[in-house]
Amino acid sequence: MHGPTPLERRSSIRGRARGEGREMLVTFKVFRFDPQRDGAPRFQEYSVEVKPSDKILDCLNRIRWEQDPSLSFRMSCAHGICGSDAMRINGVCAIACQRLVRDYGEGPITIEPLPNFRVLKDLMVDLESFFERYRKIRPFLLAPDPPPETERLQLPEERALFDEAVRCILCACCTAACPVTEENGAFLGPAALLRGYRYLFDSRDQASAERISLLDHPDAVWGCKGHGKCTEVCPKEIDVRKWLGRIKKRVHDAKKGGQRVLPEEGGSK
Amino acid sequence: MKLAHDVIIVGAGMAGLRAAVELAGAVDLAVVSKVFPTRCHSGAAQGGITAALGNEEEDRWEWHMFDTVKGGDFLGDQDAIETMVRDAPRAIVELEHMGVPFSRNARGKIAQRAFGGHTRDFGKAPVKRACYASDRTGRVIVDTLFEQCMRAGVRFYSECHLVDLLFQEGRCVGVVLLEFSTGEIHTIGSRAVLLATGGCGRLFKTTSNCFGNTGDALSIAFRRGIPLEDMEFIQFHPTGIRGLGILISEAARGEGGVLRNRSGERFMERYAPAIKDLAPRDIVSRAILREVQEGRGIEGEDYVHLDLTGIGPDRIRERLWEIASLARIYAGVDPAHEPIPVQPTCHYMMGGIPTDMDGRVVGDPSGRVVPGLFAAGECACVSVHGANRLGCNSLLDLVVFGRRAGKAMMAWIRDGAPPSSEEMGDRAWAESRVEALLRARGREKVPLIREELQQAMMDHCSVFRHQAGLAKARDKVLELKARFRDIGISVRERRFNMELVEAMELGHLLDLAEVVVESALSRKESRGAHYREDYPTRNDPDCLAHTLALREGERVRITAKPVAITRFQPVERTY
Repeated sequence: MHGPTPLERRSSIRGRARGEGREMLVTFKVFRFDPQRDGAPRFQEYSVEVKPSDKILDCLNRIRWEQDPSLSFRMSCAHGICGSDAMRINGVCAIACQRLVRDYGEGPITIEPLPNFRVLKDLMVDLESFFERYRKIRPFLLAPDPPPETERLQLPEERALFDEAVRCILCACCTAACPVTEENGAFLGPAALLRGYRYLFDSRDQASAERISLLDHPDAVWGCKGHGKCTEVCPKEIDVRKWLGRIKKRVHDAKKGGQRVLPEEGGSK
Repeated sequence: MKLAHDVIIVGAGMAGLRAAVELAGAVDLAVVSKVFPTRCHSGAAQGGITAALGNEEEDRWEWHMFDTVKGGDFLGDQDAIETMVRDAPRAIVELEHMGVPFSRNARGKIAQRAFGGHTRDFGKAPVKRACYASDRTGRVIVDTLFEQCMRAGVRFYSECHLVDLLFQEGRCVGVVLLEFSTGEIHTIGSRAVLLATGGCGRLFKTTSNCFGNTGDALSIAFRRGIPLEDMEFIQFHPTGIRGLGILISEAARGEGGVLRNRSGERFMERYAPAIKDLAPRDIVSRAILREVQEGRGIEGEDYVHLDLTGIGPDRIRERLWEIASLARIYAGVDPAHEPIPVQPTCHYMMGGIPTDMDGRVVGDPSGRVVPGLFAAGECACVSVHGANRLGCNSLLDLVVFGRRAGKAMMAWIRDGAPPSSEEMGDRAWAESRVEALLRARGREKVPLIREELQQAMMDHCSVFRHQAGLAKARDKVLELKARFRDIGISVRERRFNMELVEAMELGHLLDLAEVVVESALSRKESRGAHYREDYPTRNDPDCLAHTLALREGERVRITAKPVAITRFQPVERTY
């Protein structure tokens, strides 16, 4: 049987949406900063009448619509598939539409932008460097042989190797939470490396050698020290550290001709 | 920002990205999006994309065509439907070749599952036609298309809002944009513009749609004199999570889930004896609300149960991971062991900007094409979905007609479309519009007007409609439009001004609400998703025609356009 998933452990899922009409006053401490105007960031407090079942994103919109329209943040789908509203909630990177008020008890709830990125305004950060690193991993199928007239075949067990990795929504929570990324801006970071995993382990891809040499670098997979913050924060419950460990093993095996086997989880910590 | 391109694609959802892939490297191309490309709403599509591949059991494009025609209650243009379903297998294989990680069957072929309204042998029983990647099909296709664009070096202008279209002597010559990060207005000249901005589900209080689905291009095209087709046809998906509208994919029923009322009865057996829970969405949504009206909602309330407990935890984990996660987070239930509380949620617009089969915008009832202007995807109306879209036909529409629009734009440029210039067209209206909003100090507030609009549309223009209710909706919309003229914007800073953007979006929604209500008032019959309690049956002799709404001064004028009927004559629609 499956135990509770990381997301379930982090939040009180059971009993939601039952008897939760009760409103309560919660204090939100929200990071405010306009680099073009303000000398330094500040926290602004808002009291919001909310229900325990409200999403944090709902609360931010209530603040904007009812109290302070000058607050800026990103949002789109509001149910955890687009990845727009990543931010730091009570110190933990998460997407605001997937976290509910009751996950934080009575409050106060502190909202900050994602760390490791330059703040554009308030909760909006510049993700250019995130997508630049994603681009570097060559995130597309490299298969120069002409494909057959119909689909390429891929067995379910081959497809299963990277199934969890295609859950990634590029929200950047993992990269923002990564202690290595914090120290080394050149490190590709967990999200880009996970996309590298997705293509390296896709049986249709024909560029393993090229991918392995790209990944075999101190700023690529060997930058990962196995801290596992990526796995802890991933809103799609992807065990990022595990898959990065698989890359390490694959790169290592390729270099040593498959003679030595590294431990599967974590890697070179 | 460079100020002239060959082609500008507005919208980076699946239709826009597919068109971009077609043009990348061959023309000077830019894609404009109000969100970052991978944040588009196509990514929220869960269940699959249809094609008669026959990977699981016998299937034929003729059956797919029949189902699509019948699913749309015989309003879809059959020449366009035939084009789409015949191209479907090629389109799916092409996506696979690009790298889309479809789920696979035991033989290694693309896996397929059952979906609402898709049948074998002209309606005999459900058929497995939906190709899928677990229940994140839209997201993985969007990611793959975006990655193809990235590989080809396609230029994106992200977080830019369309404010106006530029015309010169009847030809579309560019766009006016508001750049969110700076608040600056940009004019971009072009030889061709593709509108691919998606739908306007934010018209309604309960919706599966993202915040950005406010129909911007629809409203702008309409203001510029282009008609809107079949806008009364709005799909309510039967299974949104109660109170939130978050979508629980039809794939849940395709995999064996069933709907139950308060006594545990599988009530769809009464409404659609042949295909039961896999009936088309309009029929299932009405059935749920009938159960509720007749007191058979759960605990007598406004919802029913979607029961997936028969599917089994492993299969749910493998094929329905996303919706199981949604149910746990937002409804507090583990669907492997407990039913999910659901009710209908606004999901999709069948209507839109009329186009021919190559995405060329058709500018008036005579069929005149607007030179340089193209549309594809949910904002367009080809029309392949008629009065009600079948599940998984939307993604097919996006990739088939996105590609065709790309090819048509290529031909338009190759055949000598005049060069682009930033000097062409008049941006004065767009500038004055934005400046006026930034200076607006009226008494009305955007959130309140929007809330009243969404509530009125929900109350009077959703699943069940009638003359008196629609008339109330019209009065309300006109009242809100008048109040909108007294709007106040309190944020004066141009940069990152969400209040300004939401005011612009509300302007679009108000214009479109009027078009939807007028179109609904004009159609005195029930067909597909448009159900009139005062005219409860379909009326082919008088009403088998597309609705065209045209702007005439400050009024909306309604006219008709014939339906293309080729292979299948209208018959009674039962399942």
